[in-house]
Amino acid sequence: MPYHYLEEIGTADIAFEATGRDLLELFMATADATMNVMIDNLDAIEPRETRHIELVNDKLDMLLFDFLQELIYFKDAEQLLLRVREVSIDEKDGEFFLKAKTAGEPLDAARHHQRADVKAVTLHDFSVEKQDEGWKARVLLDI
Amino acid sequence: MAIIDNLQKISDTVWELPPTYKDGMRVPARIIGTEKLVREMDEAVYQQISNVATLPGITRYALCMPDGHSGYGFPIGGVAAMDVHEGGVISPGGIGFDINCGMRLITTNLTLDDVKPRLKEIVDLLFERVPAGVGGHGFLKLSRDDFRDLVEQGARWCVEHDYGWTEDLELTEENGCISGADASKISERAIDRGYNQVGTLGSGNHYLEVQVAHPEHVRDSELAAKFGITIPNQIVVMFHCGSRGFGHQVATDYLQTFLKVMEPKYGIKILDRELACAPFESPQGRDYFAAMKCGLNMSFANRQVILHRIREVFSEVFGRSAEDLEMRMVYDVAHNTAKLEKHKLDSRERTLLVHRKGATRAFGPGHAEVAARYREIGQPVIIGGSMETGSYLLVGTASGAETFFSTAHGSGRIMSRTKARKQWHGKQLQRDLETRGIYVRSTSWAGLAEEAGPAYKDIDEVIAATEFAGISKPVARFTPIGNVKG
Repeated sequence: MPYHYLEEIGTADIAFEATGRDLLELFMATADATMNVMIDNLDAIEPRETRHIELVNDKLDMLLFDFLQELIYFKDAEQLLLRVREVSIDEKDGEFFLKAKTAGEPLDAARHHQRADVKAVTLHDFSVEKQDEGWKARVLLDI
Repeated sequence: MAIIDNLQKISDTVWELPPTYKDGMRVPARIIGTEKLVREMDEAVYQQISNVATLPGITRYALCMPDGHSGYGFPIGGVAAMDVHEGGVISPGGIGFDINCGMRLITTNLTLDDVKPRLKEIVDLLFERVPAGVGGHGFLKLSRDDFRDLVEQGARWCVEHDYGWTEDLELTEENGCISGADASKISERAIDRGYNQVGTLGSGNHYLEVQVAHPEHVRDSELAAKFGITIPNQIVVMFHCGSRGFGHQVATDYLQTFLKVMEPKYGIKILDRELACAPFESPQGRDYFAAMKCGLNMSFANRQVILHRIREVFSEVFGRSAEDLEMRMVYDVAHNTAKLEKHKLDSRERTLLVHRKGATRAFGPGHAEVAARYREIGQPVIIGGSMETGSYLLVGTASGAETFFSTAHGSGRIMSRTKARKQWHGKQLQRDLETRGIYVRSTSWAGLAEEAGPAYKDIDEVIAATEFAGISKPVARFTPIGNVKG
C-alpha cells in the first residue's frame, strides 16, 4: 500500500503518510488511506455509483485538503463510500485545477467492515512535499 | 517520560511553562495534573499548549486539564479565555471539529438485580434504536427547513415535538438552546451532512453505556441524593456524542474562512494552521460564533433525541413507562465549546470567551448559570471513562476560578488508535469484557479494539487530580455493565 498509519502521532486521531510517483498517485493514495480509516475492506466497495469532483485552489496542499474533505462530505450527505477511479491536476496561472471521477456505493454494514468515522481533515502538520522520487503527504484525520 | 526542564512545579497539581519557553507567548501555560499524569503526557502537549498561549487576547494562562493529550491546534483538555474587549480571538481549533461533543446522564429507579437478567435485551435494543458507526442516519426524517429550525432551537425543538420532557431542558446546559444561533451563517454543505443524522451516536470514542452505582462507590451520599442517586446498586445511563457531520462541516468551513483573513486582514500570525482564528469582534468572528452556536444546538438536540430513544427502549423492555421508571436526566454537559462568560480577574469583572476543547465547565455553588435546582450545590460534571473502567459524576467547586471553572472531560487517551489496534482484537476484547460482566455491542471490531481500557489513562487518577487541584469534587463512580459503541 502506498500509505501507512503513524503510531506516535495523534493520540485520539489517526495520522498517515502517503506517497506517489506523481501527484495523481499521491491523491489516490491519500483518498484510499482516508477511506481505509473508515472501512477495513476497501475491496468490498463496489463501483456502483459515480461522483465527479472539480476543485480549484491556489495552494496544492489545500487542494488535497479540499479533495479529502469531499470524500467525507459524500460519506455523511449520501452515506456513499467512494474510491478514486481517475484524477487529473493541472496548474494554470498560479492555480491548481483538479478533476476526479470517483465511484462507490452506499455503506452496507453487512459487507463493509467499519472502523472509525472520520469527522474532518485537520491541518495539524498537514503537508504535501515533492521529494527526489515522487511526492509525499502527511495527514491527521479527526476521529 | 521525563518532565521537561522548562516545566516548573507550582504545586502538587499545577505545572507551568513560563512565557520565556517560546517566542510569542503572551501568558504562561499551565498543566493541571498529578506528577504521574504529567509524566504520561506526550511532549506535543507542551508544544500545543504553549502555542495557545500566543493567541491574541488570551488572559492569565493557557491551561491543560489532567486528562490532556495531544490534539490538533489546542491539545485535548485545552482551556483558553480570551478578553473580547482586548482583541481576543475565536478559534475553531480551540473548540474542536465536533462542536458540543458532550455527555448526558440519566438515572432510573431500577437496580442491578432488575437489569442483569435483561441486560442483553436492553443493550441489543439500544444498539438497534440508536444508530452508531460511520455516517449513519437517524430515525427522524427532517426537511432542510426543519433542520434549520432545529439548529436554532436545540433541544427545545425536540421537546416541542414530543421527543422529551420539559424538565429535560432545565437540566441541560443553556436550557438546551443557546441563544444567538443563526442558521443563515451555516453552509448548505453543513446542512447536507447533518439533517439526516439527528439521533445518531457516531463512532470513535462515542458510546452509550448502562452503568451501576455501587454503594461503596458513592463518595458523597448527600450530594448524590440531590442528583438522584438514592438506591443501592442503582442503574444509570450515560452517553457521549456530539454534533455529527453538521458540526464537523461548520468547523471546517470557518477554519478555511479564518485562514484567508487572519493574516492579510487582521495581522494575526499563528504557529499552527489549526489555530486559525479571527478577532471575536470581527464580521468573521461573529459569524463563526453564531454558526458554532448552531452546532451547539444540534448537539443538544441530538442527545435529546437519543434520550427519547433510550426511554423507549427501557419502557419496552420493562413494560413500564419511562415516567414510572423515573428516567430523569441528571444533566447534559458540553465539553467542546467556546462561551461568553463573566469572570472576575484581579477584582474586575471581565467578559471572556472561554474556549474549552475536551474540558468541562464546572461552575461552583451559587453561580447564576447553574440550573436552578442545583444552584446551591454547584454544577454537575459528567466524566466518562473507558468502557472497561468506570465513569464519574462530580460537582463544580467555588475554588475553580483558577481554571475559569473548567475541569477534565474524560480519562484521556494515552495510546494512539493505530497502536491500540495492533495490541488488542475487538472480538476477543468483547468476549473478555463479557466474562467480566460488561456486555458490549459495536459496529466495528477494529473500533472496539482502539477503545480498549489500557489505551486510556487511569480515570481514578484523573479524578483525584481534579479534586486535589480544587476544580471539581467527585460525587459517585459508576461501573459499566452494558455498552453500545460506535
